[in-house]
Amino acid sequence: MNKLVSVEDAVAEIRDGMTIGIGGWGSRRKPMAVVRAVLRSGRKNLTLVTYGGPDVGLLVAAGIVRRVVTGFVSLDSIPLEPHFRRARSEGTIRLTEYDEGMLYWGLLAAANRLPFLPIRAGLGSDVMRINPELRTVRSPYADDTELVAMPAIPLDVAFIHLNRADTGGNGRYLGPDPYFDDLFCLAAKRRFLSCEQVESTDDLMAGGPPQTLLVNRSMVDGVLHTPNGAHFTSCVPDYGRDEAFQQEYATTDWETFRARYLDGGEADYQLAVKR
Amino acid sequence: MTRAETCVVACAEAWRGDGAILASSAGLIPHLGARLAQATFAPDLLVSDGEATLLRDGRAEGWLPFRSVFATVAAGARHVMMGASQLDRFGNQNISCVGPWEKPTSQLLCVRGAPGNTVNHPVSYWIPRHSPRVFVEAVDMVSGVGHDRNAHEIRVVVTDLAVLDFATPDRSMRLRSTHPGVTVDDVVAATGFALTIPDDVPPTREPDDEELKLIRDLLDPAGAREREIR
Repeated sequence: MNKLVSVEDAVAEIRDGMTIGIGGWGSRRKPMAVVRAVLRSGRKNLTLVTYGGPDVGLLVAAGIVRRVVTGFVSLDSIPLEPHFRRARSEGTIRLTEYDEGMLYWGLLAAANRLPFLPIRAGLGSDVMRINPELRTVRSPYADDTELVAMPAIPLDVAFIHLNRADTGGNGRYLGPDPYFDDLFCLAAKRRFLSCEQVESTDDLMAGGPPQTLLVNRSMVDGVLHTPNGAHFTSCVPDYGRDEAFQQEYATTDWETFRARYLDGGEADYQLAVKR
Repeated sequence: MTRAETCVVACAEAWRGDGAILASSAGLIPHLGARLAQATFAPDLLVSDGEATLLRDGRAEGWLPFRSVFATVAAGARHVMMGASQLDRFGNQNISCVGPWEKPTSQLLCVRGAPGNTVNHPVSYWIPRHSPRVFVEAVDMVSGVGHDRNAHEIRVVVTDLAVLDFATPDRSMRLRSTHPGVTVDDVVAATGFALTIPDDVPPTREPDDEELKLIRDLLDPAGAREREIR
């Protein structure tokens, strides 16, 4: 039941054109070591499903993304993501733009093996105009309410990052918010959990209350040990966001940034960001 | 008393009478307004730290991760004060992008939670710089829906110049009050569509002594509020 795999082996399961779900939220607890490996992998035409942050920016800047499915792309302390902004203005990526709650509902529908889930969000807004495939449904009961039929968002592969895991794929978050990482796993065919520390199952159980055990081993196919693997996004309480580095990322020309930090492997990256 | 302090109180007033619902906000001045309301005339309000912690008198009192926020939205138990890059006379709001959506001249945040917020619960807006660039005839991408698109309720718009509401027969925007030192003509000149202007436009209520003390000594002793409306 040992599911420890290398980041490279996990990323090797991605094929061109696949739909990849990425956990976290904005610039918070993103599986960035995996994102960097995807960037190096040479895959192309990927669809990203994510509450977008620098995961979107890095992969879009690298030119390997065809479509982004999201409710926002933001670096939190820097509200607008520069690479996503440029790609949109230049028309180099496609966008499926949903309300944040619609994205949640689409993942929940996929996780529950439902074709859609009804939701009020989206009604009357231009989300309906720019996504002409969206349909509404009427309640079959006496209320007759019109609702958006939010389609399921099934994923080929999901990547999430948690603070602690065992080698079997049980995982715990230690920060304030689970985000939607469990749903990303439940919506995906292949699921990979990267973590700050791999522990024995007993130590993992002793490390907090049962409610923060966000994923169990039936939801995870591979465990990746990636210390500082969410850098430069936050992974509290292990570490906060590296604001100085994020500022450098957001203000440095892409080719310069890439040559400085991303052309080597993860070990080179971690060495380069230790300042 | 500064303009920023008038704005904090005007934002706080948006939540008057709301009861035990979640007061969310984008921007420092609305956040100070929510905390001021909670500390004075709306003690039942829930106020979040912007992540997953609920605050009372600046101290943690509960947990509200994003999935619970969405449940609160769907239940209608929330009143958010959002920002707007563009806003029209019915309260349709745009935070997504400027220019054609297919290839925008300026990509902004995307729609975030604005579509869901505006059809589920009361929404107000905070505009730190009242200008014709924000107050437009038609927004480029309807993110939050307005009253002509079946919004639940767009309650007030607080700007650096004035407070506006939708107390008109067709629920289009009306000037409710101007901040001290601002004229009706100033507001009209800074608005890119025809506002309803009542015969008598009162001044915005000024902070009382207790409110000023709370804002200055407790909520924002460093005075960060003054930088939001330069």
